[in-house]
Amino acid sequence: MELVLNPPAPLLKRLSWFDWLFAVIAAAGGLYALAHYNEYMDVYEKGILLATIPALAIFGWYWKPFRTLFIVVGAVSLFALGQYDGNLARMEEAFFLKYLISSQAAIMWMCALFGLATLTYWGGMLGRSGFALKTATGLTWSAVALGWVGLMVRWYESYLIGPDVGHIPVSNLYEVFVLFCLITAMMYLYYEARYQTRQLGALVLVVISAAVGFILWYTFDRGAHEIQPLVPALKSWWMKLHVPANFIGYGSFSLSAMLGAGYLLARRGILASRLPSLDIIDDMMYKAIAIGFGFFTIATILGAMWAAEAWGGYWSWDPKETWALIVWLNYAAWLHIRLVKGLRGPMLAWWAVIGLFVTTFAFLGVNMFLSGLHSYGSL
Amino acid sequence: MTTPHSFGKSLFELLSSMRFAISLLSILAIASVIGTVLKQAEPYANYLFQFGPFWFEAFRKLGLYDVYHAAWFLVILLFLVVSISVCIWRNAPGFAREMKSFREHVTDRSLAAFKHKHAAEFTHAPEALADQAQHYLEGQGYTVRRLTRDDGLLLAAKAGSWNRLGYFLAHSAIVLICIGGLMDGNLIFKAQQLLGYKKIETRDIPQSEVPPISRLTPDNPSFRGSVQIPEGSSADVVFLNVADGYLVQDLPFTIALKQFRIEHYSTGQPKNFESDVEVFDHTGKKVRKATIAVNHPLIHDGIAIYQASFADGGTRLDIRGWNLFAPTASPFPVEGTVHQNTRLTSPAGDYTLEFVDFRPFNIENMGEEDAPKNNAMSVFGGSPVASDKHMRNVGPSFQYKLRDTRGQAREFSNYMLPLELDGRWYMLSGVRETPNESFRYMRMPLDPDGSLDTFMRLRGALLNPELRPEIASRFARETLPKSAWGSDTEDKLKFSASQVLALFADGGFTALGRFIEEKVPAAERDKAAATYLRILELSTFEALHIANRDAKLPPPASDDATGWLVRDSLNSISDLFVYGSPIYLQLLQFDEVKASGLQLTRSPGKSVVYFGSLLLTLGVFFMFYVRERRVWLRVRPGHALLAMSSNKHTIDFEKEFAQHVHALDTLAR
Repeated sequence: MELVLNPPAPLLKRLSWFDWLFAVIAAAGGLYALAHYNEYMDVYEKGILLATIPALAIFGWYWKPFRTLFIVVGAVSLFALGQYDGNLARMEEAFFLKYLISSQAAIMWMCALFGLATLTYWGGMLGRSGFALKTATGLTWSAVALGWVGLMVRWYESYLIGPDVGHIPVSNLYEVFVLFCLITAMMYLYYEARYQTRQLGALVLVVISAAVGFILWYTFDRGAHEIQPLVPALKSWWMKLHVPANFIGYGSFSLSAMLGAGYLLARRGILASRLPSLDIIDDMMYKAIAIGFGFFTIATILGAMWAAEAWGGYWSWDPKETWALIVWLNYAAWLHIRLVKGLRGPMLAWWAVIGLFVTTFAFLGVNMFLSGLHSYGSL
Repeated sequence: MTTPHSFGKSLFELLSSMRFAISLLSILAIASVIGTVLKQAEPYANYLFQFGPFWFEAFRKLGLYDVYHAAWFLVILLFLVVSISVCIWRNAPGFAREMKSFREHVTDRSLAAFKHKHAAEFTHAPEALADQAQHYLEGQGYTVRRLTRDDGLLLAAKAGSWNRLGYFLAHSAIVLICIGGLMDGNLIFKAQQLLGYKKIETRDIPQSEVPPISRLTPDNPSFRGSVQIPEGSSADVVFLNVADGYLVQDLPFTIALKQFRIEHYSTGQPKNFESDVEVFDHTGKKVRKATIAVNHPLIHDGIAIYQASFADGGTRLDIRGWNLFAPTASPFPVEGTVHQNTRLTSPAGDYTLEFVDFRPFNIENMGEEDAPKNNAMSVFGGSPVASDKHMRNVGPSFQYKLRDTRGQAREFSNYMLPLELDGRWYMLSGVRETPNESFRYMRMPLDPDGSLDTFMRLRGALLNPELRPEIASRFARETLPKSAWGSDTEDKLKFSASQVLALFADGGFTALGRFIEEKVPAAERDKAAATYLRILELSTFEALHIANRDAKLPPPASDDATGWLVRDSLNSISDLFVYGSPIYLQLLQFDEVKASGLQLTRSPGKSVVYFGSLLLTLGVFFMFYVRERRVWLRVRPGHALLAMSSNKHTIDFEKEFAQHVHALDTLAR
């Protein structure tokens, strides 16, 4: 008994200088915003801003690549803001803004990079090329970074249009689709690193590409990328919490559906030798649904609390609310079957795939086919 | 051979079974879909129209028009609550024991039967190994209990017991949320209605005349109703929509609306709706003054007051009426108030004028078809700056129904301000027969002074048969050279002009077209139409000369503007025959009174639901992010056995087991 095993050090003692630098940058950014703009924020918005600082820091400490992403996105966004110099017309004049990092250019680059990443993942998986898969991961990261830059710059542009028009870019279907792509991709990247497997990217990026297709159609056919001022019902700090929480839910449910599809393919021997083992896919699928369910629960509760403030009742059986409940019940049943009955395998995988259709209907279909209070993103 | 006891037992088994709970979840989900597909709480007439009498009645009996308050839906919810409660009842004692227990009574034999186990040989003292192992496990977040056994010792360790707590929290949360929801539902009213104490009011009568059987007292613990208050008025009741009628809820206070405001963005979209209100108690004392806005309700006396909608509250309108078929241009004054009716006695007939609505602004899309967006410049999707150049506020408008003595009505929507279309200015009046149609607009041209007078004068002259010979002869003389005056040609021209004018005055271009179709051979119709049109336009110009002269005004200029005015006037006059009303109402002035739609809610269940939601969140996170694991280390001299179990076998569990195995091997080395 020569070796004495040391217990793992507590999180704070395991932090590197980079962790601390990252936390300092996050805090500095948040406090700068608070110092400069506090007179435009109500007490809840200040609370959200302050709580964001430790949340970012802890998230970055827990998932290391996030630190780099955060700093890169922050630096590029600030550069774009500098290029604007308070003048919206610079969008068409300044080289960087016009072709790279005005919100719309950045989001279009995000779309292109996600498309490329999808092709590269498929190439890498089919050709068993580790290099191609690594490239695909890099492309996905770049797409995520540009997408975030696009949203950040869009946030700023909305204030350039008019101080009363400005708002966080999670207010319509176009903006949340970008958010959906980013969250789904980031969740996938997290699991990719954790399970050391890149092959599943080919499947996951399919659902992201579908969302990208929607964004492009929505932009070019409907001009949905235009920044519109908020309708009175949306002018609330609740939006900053409710919408992102919902999209973590939607993102992870979509991720789980694509993993479910991978499971079913591999089980039938299709791509089986190229995909990771069934156990790994199954485990990822469960984790994605568990995370999604947690955030979806929070999002629905936050939505109810907001509804109580805006519509006069925490639950009105509005179509969107009802479909949120249906999605929630669906995954509640899924989790019960798996955890209590201990069921595994193809049935749950099928269920996860079908869950995507239920989720998509709640997210899109309700806006398209049903009318109600929650009609902010009509097609 | 079922005894009552075993029946109760099997009921208990059923209610607490997973299969039953999952079935309930599925039924609940499917039942919920109905309410999203079928629009809820519409007026019953709409459903009757949509489904026909048979299905309307069938669906009504099934409660499909208000699914979420239907008895059967509540029964499903109740079953869910019972099922979950029974489930908690059944599992609680065991789970609580599990949470506390270290399972230290585990036998060597059962440890040997574990799937996840690992044996290691070691040489040093068992106590020392156990010390190290305990230290290690505690460092990993385990609580460890150390027990001595005859031939050595046992470490029983557990971690993540909160996972079980999560189960309690989440499931009792659902029960709480359902109870809170029921508290805010209309169960009490339903019971009262069933017992005959209360009845839904379906008549359209003033609220003060609604009998007590359809009124709810101020101490009603839970309600959600709405009321519309015009500026300067107050309300002490709200209306609750139930099925095909309503109930009147008396309030413990009176709420008065001082002012209602709409703020706008520069693009014209609404930015905020606000009501300045004052609350009075029943002695008439002012107890509160506040501003209610969307997302900023006022909570008074446990009742939350929300900004829900807005409407016109009885705007006073000052109107000029034009008799469209009179041979003169003299208008008559009309006064009215929105939501009220007036008798209208005019030479054109008697009408009831029902003022429906007034809108202080109208944002209309005045643009042409959108230019193609996919030009070379917008490879990047173009600018996110909204191209709202087409959206324009075209000013106030008002809506009214004109009902004739037979009860037939058409609805009109008239803009107060002129609109510029194709570079010229018009007054617009929309008309429709039924509320489902969209308005079809008639446009009347304005003269260079920006007034309708010239058009009305010209219209009067053209429709006046007495002026027709003079117009015809002026036309003939202006058209022909002096040498031809008094010739047959002049007579022919005069006759043609009179005929065209008479036809036009009888039914516009339609009448003219019908005449050509009847009298002119097909091959010559186009030519004839062109000739007639030319005669009509030139005669109309002469008519304008005469009209101006009679009105003691200077003669019209012979320029393009007059030309367009003449052509536009002809189009408008022709449209009068399908306009459907002999009267045009032009809004001159208004004194706007707005009304604010407020929603008032008393929901005692809200805090229960919120508390339940908090428990649910905690429960969900404990259940999914805290993994319950147990580790046993049985140490005998020279021999150690590690065993591990968990209620969830995931890859993380396998990893952790491998780590513990490695740790033990290292310690034993």
